[in-house]
Amino acid sequence: MNYWVLSGILVMIGGFMLRLNALVVVVLAALVTGLAAGMDLAVLIAAFGKAFNDTRYVSVVWIVLPVIGLMERHGLQERARSLIEGLRGATLPRLLTGYLLLRQITSALGLTSIAGHAQTVRPLLAPMAVAAAQPADDAEAERIKAFAAGTDNVGLFFGEDIFIAIGSILLMKGFMEQNGIILSPFELSVWAIPTAIAAFAIHGFRIWRLGRAQR
Amino acid sequence: MIGLPQVYILAGLAFGAFAVLSSSDTSNPKRWRNAAFWALLALSMLAGDRIGDFGNGLLVLALVLIAGLGGLGKGAVRPDSPAREAAAARHGNRLFLLALVIPVVALIGTLAFKAVPDLVDPKNVTLVSLALGVLIALAAGMIWLRTGLSEPLHEGRRLMDAVGWAAILPQMLASLGAVFALAGVGKVVGGVMTAVIPDGSRIAAVIAYGVGMALFTMVMGNAFAAFPVMAAAIGLPLLIGQYHGDPAVVAAIGMLAGFCGTLMTPMAANFNVVPAALLELKDRNAVVRAQIPTALPLLAVNIALIWFLAF
Repeated sequence: MNYWVLSGILVMIGGFMLRLNALVVVVLAALVTGLAAGMDLAVLIAAFGKAFNDTRYVSVVWIVLPVIGLMERHGLQERARSLIEGLRGATLPRLLTGYLLLRQITSALGLTSIAGHAQTVRPLLAPMAVAAAQPADDAEAERIKAFAAGTDNVGLFFGEDIFIAIGSILLMKGFMEQNGIILSPFELSVWAIPTAIAAFAIHGFRIWRLGRAQR
Repeated sequence: MIGLPQVYILAGLAFGAFAVLSSSDTSNPKRWRNAAFWALLALSMLAGDRIGDFGNGLLVLALVLIAGLGGLGKGAVRPDSPAREAAAARHGNRLFLLALVIPVVALIGTLAFKAVPDLVDPKNVTLVSLALGVLIALAAGMIWLRTGLSEPLHEGRRLMDAVGWAAILPQMLASLGAVFALAGVGKVVGGVMTAVIPDGSRIAAVIAYGVGMALFTMVMGNAFAAFPVMAAAIGLPLLIGQYHGDPAVVAAIGMLAGFCGTLMTPMAANFNVVPAALLELKDRNAVVRAQIPTALPLLAVNIALIWFLAF
């Protein structure tokens, strides 16, 4: 077995630890891995270029920025803040727990793209969370914003696998089928429910503790 | 049929506009670097299918050189928050209606376009709906707020500068995954994992499967890349083959153990690094830090669930 192909993983870990520019680290890792596998440099550049071109859909999400920017220019964040400040019952735990639940349920219905960091966290959830928490300083405000972003991720990850037509379910089905085990998407998706409940309990508990630390 | 090509044209036009606006942003000391970076990305979106694999590879190297040697800059931000406060008071809660246009159109489009597979490529209904939502929200916003196209594009460019080169990190990592697959990295990692599990210990195999899934996801930044490796190395031969575990449980909860790894790594850039940039946090790892205390107990729960539910 050619253990040298693992050198790219070491490049990734070392590069992140040394805090080098992540794009440079990725290219170096690809270079080291490809050369270790005996690939020709020109073939390697072409292979990376093809993969980059095939995955352009990943970067399409940035087309939402002009709309978000326009709304922010006309006071969306300020409005989100004053709405929360005007609501007496809008505490930080209620806001984040409600968002977590909503994100898990909509993701479980396959609606993963209706929320996200660009679509909802930056313009709405983060300013609302900061308004509800009334942080004492910038460092605390940063922690709250990061927690809001994390809440979106947890809700998405541990909701989406309950939906039968999501990529990961189809990947598992395809992989098992290649190995002679026939599974229906439904059989796989029901087993995502226990973890979804555990994720809600664990992250919900952390939200509750964050709220207590605020007081 | 409407599908990815049309969405890529829209994205190419947006990045092209960011490039043009960057070049005229005299408050940014590195404006030509920013302009070149977004222009190359526009080229990739508009003409990526025509410049060949090697051409795309050179395009990537140029992007990395611009970002790696000297980096991108940011223009000065006009801090006129009183004006925004006044606008917020004037427009009231109707601003939220505008904010909901993109999610609502994405939702309706995703459901409705599936019924017209001849009009919209069924594989890409969500991206097409997202693009449509952007266009509708933009048109509605421009009419209601009485602005031209230049204001949203300027504001979009400002946010794009805040994100910077991290914007293409997710796409770069996905491409690295493809190179890893070509080089056979997964098979080697699987071989190493199999060698370290003690023979005949079911609990060791379950733990190695769950922890290995999370760890390999942290390295690759993506549970989709880790799943085939760990399932082939431990899941199929040991948990399902030797110990007769339920394949549906082993697969489904194994994948979710991988998702716990996604929460703990800067390699999952679109979930962890990009939001830190988008929220303009000083610490690029702040989101990862906020997630680790959720991810670790959840990983333990997943391993316990496999143990109790699969056998």
